[in-house]
Amino acid sequence: MTTAPTHSTRISKRFAELRDAAELGIVAYVTTGDPTLDATLRYVRALAEAGADVIELGVPFSDPLADGPTIQRASERALKSGTTLHGVLDLVRRIRQSSQVPLVLFTYFNPVLQFGLEKFAVTAAETGVDGVLVTDLTPDESEDYRRILKARGLDTIFLAAPTSTDERLQKIAACSSGFLYLISRTGVTGAKDVLPDDLPALLRRAHSFTQLPIAVGFGISLPGHVSVLGGLADAAVVGSALVSDIEKSASVDAACTALRQRVHSLKDAARRGLSRREARL
Amino acid sequence: MVPLFELERVYELAKFDPAFQADFEDLLKNFAGRPTPLQFASRLTANLGGPRIYLKREDLLHTGAHKINNAIGQGLLALKMGKPRIIAETGAGQHGVASATVAAHLGLQCTVYMGTEDMARQALNVARMRMLGAEVMGVESGSKTLKDAINEAMRDWVTNVRSSHYLLGSVLGAHPYPTMVRDFQAVIGREARAQILAAEKRLPTHLYACVGGGSNAIGLFYEFLNDAHVKMVGIEAGGRGNGLGEHAARLAAHQGFTGARPGVLQGTYTYVLQNEDGQIATTHSISAGLDYPAIGPEHAWLADQRRADYAAVSDQAALEAAQLLSRTEGIIPALESAHALAGLLERLPQFKPTDLVIMNLSGRGDKDMDTYKRLL
Repeated sequence: MTTAPTHSTRISKRFAELRDAAELGIVAYVTTGDPTLDATLRYVRALAEAGADVIELGVPFSDPLADGPTIQRASERALKSGTTLHGVLDLVRRIRQSSQVPLVLFTYFNPVLQFGLEKFAVTAAETGVDGVLVTDLTPDESEDYRRILKARGLDTIFLAAPTSTDERLQKIAACSSGFLYLISRTGVTGAKDVLPDDLPALLRRAHSFTQLPIAVGFGISLPGHVSVLGGLADAAVVGSALVSDIEKSASVDAACTALRQRVHSLKDAARRGLSRREARL
Repeated sequence: MVPLFELERVYELAKFDPAFQADFEDLLKNFAGRPTPLQFASRLTANLGGPRIYLKREDLLHTGAHKINNAIGQGLLALKMGKPRIIAETGAGQHGVASATVAAHLGLQCTVYMGTEDMARQALNVARMRMLGAEVMGVESGSKTLKDAINEAMRDWVTNVRSSHYLLGSVLGAHPYPTMVRDFQAVIGREARAQILAAEKRLPTHLYACVGGGSNAIGLFYEFLNDAHVKMVGIEAGGRGNGLGEHAARLAAHQGFTGARPGVLQGTYTYVLQNEDGQIATTHSISAGLDYPAIGPEHAWLADQRRADYAAVSDQAALEAAQLLSRTEGIIPALESAHALAGLLERLPQFKPTDLVIMNLSGRGDKDMDTYKRLL
């Protein structure tokens, strides 16, 4: 078992608060620049106001291997509007003028590599990023990356999968800080009706290897999903459902309303905790 | 990652498992038709007045290209891992056909991802895959070509990883794929080396092969890596211009092709065509099999070490080379392989008459007849 992280970021503070309140956190993902950076700024404010505990800002990439069709389309829209990693970091600076919500960049490795690892870490820390999740960087290849990000006080978050062995979970946890991101099922991002039956067992297994908070993602969209995770996980990540709300909305205002509603309902479920039977409905 | 570890473990065991190797060799011989001839191209040689040119006739293999070598190897691994389904991507359709063929032969289910632009230009291969019982899934994202097909195949694999093996067709992707695919293709160079020694009593001075991901090229080169005086030349797709988006030349900056830098795509660190923000570029080539923004990492290494040279030729040069080979040797080559010949033709003045070339004729041109008919 690894020891709890000693440094305290906005992320670990928020998870500590959630633990004290015995409340499941909500991690909200949006693709940055979908459809514009100005719109994303408003979405982030709406999500934070509605109670999102951590916000993941997706950095659009031309080849989003880990993403399903919803986030693929969002990435295409964001790239079409000219979004770059520079633009995403500028947006973080703007968000920080009015909000202290914990912020995680969710990105693929190549944009970070081309930006320059050192320069990226400096800029991200300076603009107010709290943590970074690089979907296609494995813990095995992450030594330089972790050293450079850690030096700037940035959390490094890695993905664990249902196929991860005990040995693997241990390694992923040892490389992670802030929280561990546990993928609920094999596959890519995208909303699904039901969570897999073996998820509780997977969560128990993951908890036995780390004291880090565990956020569960991939396939989570409904209050019912959130309520079954209470007591098992520390947070639920909702992504494609929010991106889909944005895609379906006729205006930025309408999208803000839809995002608020969804996060409210998820937060309600997280606080109240529906029974498992209700959750299946 | 765990499925990659499993694959690596099973492959490392298979490499030294006499039973696996015997099955592999049996299928290569009796199903695919190995060994392939090393043919002296006498009329081409006479016509050009340059070096003596031999053709490694991978085009004569069952399904018409070298892709079947790797498909057989990985098909057997899928059986060994107890996975009843294989997933494959394809550009020109040759790897898709090879995978569908091996799947049918070994009793596996098969799904092939193919960009819709490639489905249109390689319609014959789409029909072949379907006849063989494979499901062909059109991919509409990105440039609708090989890169996008690989993305979709990888998404399928991570979703169905417990039941499916991803039969990646080139020396690309995460470890162990580049090494494993090279090993399955290295039979090309092993045969060619023995054949040229038998025919000419000496090693070749030059090897030529086209390079998309680079599996036929590494398959030919690998056995000669320690023969320091054997020059190796990989020919990429120069497309219709030097600008980003006009070509698929990753190692030809010396010819003015722009946009290639080290980067990470689909689990590989290599030279990648990309813009300044690290977004992967779209590519263009008349040849679907070479139309890909990254190059196999071992080729990137051979280029950096200066052990192999790389250069690109245009769509037009490839078309003309295909016509030349057809009329001098009676062989209609695949558009991919025609690039290798075009690269050789462009370097003719640099050859001495005593030079001895092996060119990998990696595939036959049946699939490209629509393009040839339209443009020649």
